[in-house]
Amino acid sequence: MSNEVVLSVKNLSVVFHTPDGDVAAVSDVSFDLRSGETLGIVGESGSGKSVTASSIMRLNNSVTASTSGSILISGVDVLTADEIEVRRVRGSEVAMIFQDPLSALNPYYTVGKQIAEAYLVHHPHVSKSEARAVTLEMLKKVGIPNPEKRIDEFPHQFSGGMRQRIVIAIALINNPKVLIADEPTTALDVTVQAQILDLMKELQAEFNMAIVLITHDLGVIAEAAKDVLVMYGGRVVERSTVEALFSEPTHPYAWGLLGAVNSLSSSGRGALATIAGSPPSLIALPSGCSFNPRCAYASDVCRTEVPLLRSIGLQGSVTACHLPDVEILSIGHGVASR
Amino acid sequence: MSNDIALQAIDLVKHFSTGSSGVLGRATNIVQAVDGVSFTLPRGKTLGIVGESGCGKSTLARLVTRLIEPSSGSVVLDGVDITNLSGKALREMRRKLQIIFQDPYSSLNPRHSIGQIIGDPMRIQGIVTRPNEKAEVQDLMQRVGLNPEHYNRYPHEFSGGQRQRIGIARALSLQPSVIVADEPVSALDVSIQAQILNLLENLQKDLGLSYVFIAHDLSVVRHIADQVAVMYLGKIVEVGAAVTVYSNPAHPYTKALLSAVPVANPSMRGLGRRIRLVGDVPSPIDPPSGCRFRTRCWKATDLCAAVEPPLQADGAGRVVACHFPEETPVTIGQSPV
Repeated sequence: MSNEVVLSVKNLSVVFHTPDGDVAAVSDVSFDLRSGETLGIVGESGSGKSVTASSIMRLNNSVTASTSGSILISGVDVLTADEIEVRRVRGSEVAMIFQDPLSALNPYYTVGKQIAEAYLVHHPHVSKSEARAVTLEMLKKVGIPNPEKRIDEFPHQFSGGMRQRIVIAIALINNPKVLIADEPTTALDVTVQAQILDLMKELQAEFNMAIVLITHDLGVIAEAAKDVLVMYGGRVVERSTVEALFSEPTHPYAWGLLGAVNSLSSSGRGALATIAGSPPSLIALPSGCSFNPRCAYASDVCRTEVPLLRSIGLQGSVTACHLPDVEILSIGHGVASR
Repeated sequence: MSNDIALQAIDLVKHFSTGSSGVLGRATNIVQAVDGVSFTLPRGKTLGIVGESGCGKSTLARLVTRLIEPSSGSVVLDGVDITNLSGKALREMRRKLQIIFQDPYSSLNPRHSIGQIIGDPMRIQGIVTRPNEKAEVQDLMQRVGLNPEHYNRYPHEFSGGQRQRIGIARALSLQPSVIVADEPVSALDVSIQAQILNLLENLQKDLGLSYVFIAHDLSVVRHIADQVAVMYLGKIVEVGAAVTVYSNPAHPYTKALLSAVPVANPSMRGLGRRIRLVGDVPSPIDPPSGCRFRTRCWKATDLCAAVEPPLQADGAGRVVACHFPEETPVTIGQSPV
């Protein structure tokens, strides 16, 4: 494998201290990511996918949140490094784009100024005119038409898709090794979503960067990711290649998600496959496997013991489920072929 | 005949003016949010309305429910023109035509208990009297899948999916004949979306409801709708049976929209089936002349800029507003969305 590991997360746990009690937002999450590859993280609201992302940027408040484990980016552990070191890593090694491009931009500054600022922070000896030239180049790369004129316009003068392109330009201006994309297309229309996904793919090839793509949309995962983490209740419940997730899903929650999507995309009018109940409260997670109250296959052991991740099948998948291998594989095949 | 039609919109137009009032001689901008939309909703059926943001679908929802007044055109509910109703007649009409909103958080009053939220409209409309109000409300709560014991709870104590059930119960409380649902599931997680869609379908079957179902998610609309209308920049560009529109779209925009939906199947990646639309939707303040889609259309000619194509039947059972409608059916392995 010529691609080096650029991001290595080990046993990441994040607990928020709130007046109502401790919220275990992320529990024991580990993964490696190589340059040029895309890791998808999929899960429902409250599954811990966004907190995982913000931990990589060390954006969690250190007073209200306890974070443990390690996050190595280019040899630096962002969880223990001092603030100066983290500032260097943020932006130049790892950058982030968000769901809502309007609130990610400052309405009082021109987009050119905001992009150049990100560049100047990491290149303090560069003149402003040089920074402007780099900015203009970046605007062209992200596909802003007529960049010479639009560089001096304000965020409100751009459409949603164009704003997301600006945010991507800010993120990529320092050529980071890792791009964290937290629901980057959720706020956009489908035709614009397709444009932005294509753009991210092109830029990934050009810069050979690694992307962590967080989304709730399995369609987006299927189009863009190489490997996938499925999260539920703050834990990784399945880790697999994107092909394996869709052809041989190994966790009952993944079966439910795929079932819901597949029954929606089939042309029949019958009742949709659903997952009963709703996602758990992170303050009072169910004992044992946190999916057990919604799982049709749950037994006594599921209610007492947290299942550990183990390898299963021939496609390199890893799952956290107490069911025997044979049963998982046969049900998984059934779900995928429905 | 007219008894089979639940709701009809006839040439609805809504223009909003923005900017200064024009008192100082400055021209005001007119946003042509909805510009001549007609549709017919048969009783007991579902009309899906799809389109991207800014196409006017939510304005249309507010027009037909008379939450805003149309600039011109009319709305006919159960054979009665409701466009100019007021007072008592308007209140009676509101009983028959209810709306479900997108955001289950901001559409419920946080200071009212669930009992009040569902019960108040029933009492105000004189459907129940105080003594049996609680029993009726709890009956409705049961029907939409809420625990009747939660009668005295407040909205913040419920999850997003449960709140949307409250919104549905509130709409049902007045025993309406038509429900306009404006993006009712787009704020919900996938697994919860399916629960709410199943609930809406079961209620339709049991109560004979007619739905106008507005959504940007094409697969959701495909699942629930009998008829689908596709909107672009304030106009309907194509309308027809859901099966036809999805399998054999006539308008280039419909085709592009369908092709842009990500397919939940990694083996279909990169098969080049996607039509890449360039640019953004033009501003509704100054829409293009002729066909409004022509600035992004790969088939546009001078004719499209000069003459606006009328919405008409094309002979293959499709109703489309295009000078050069698509011929070939989209061929996609499984199903496009």
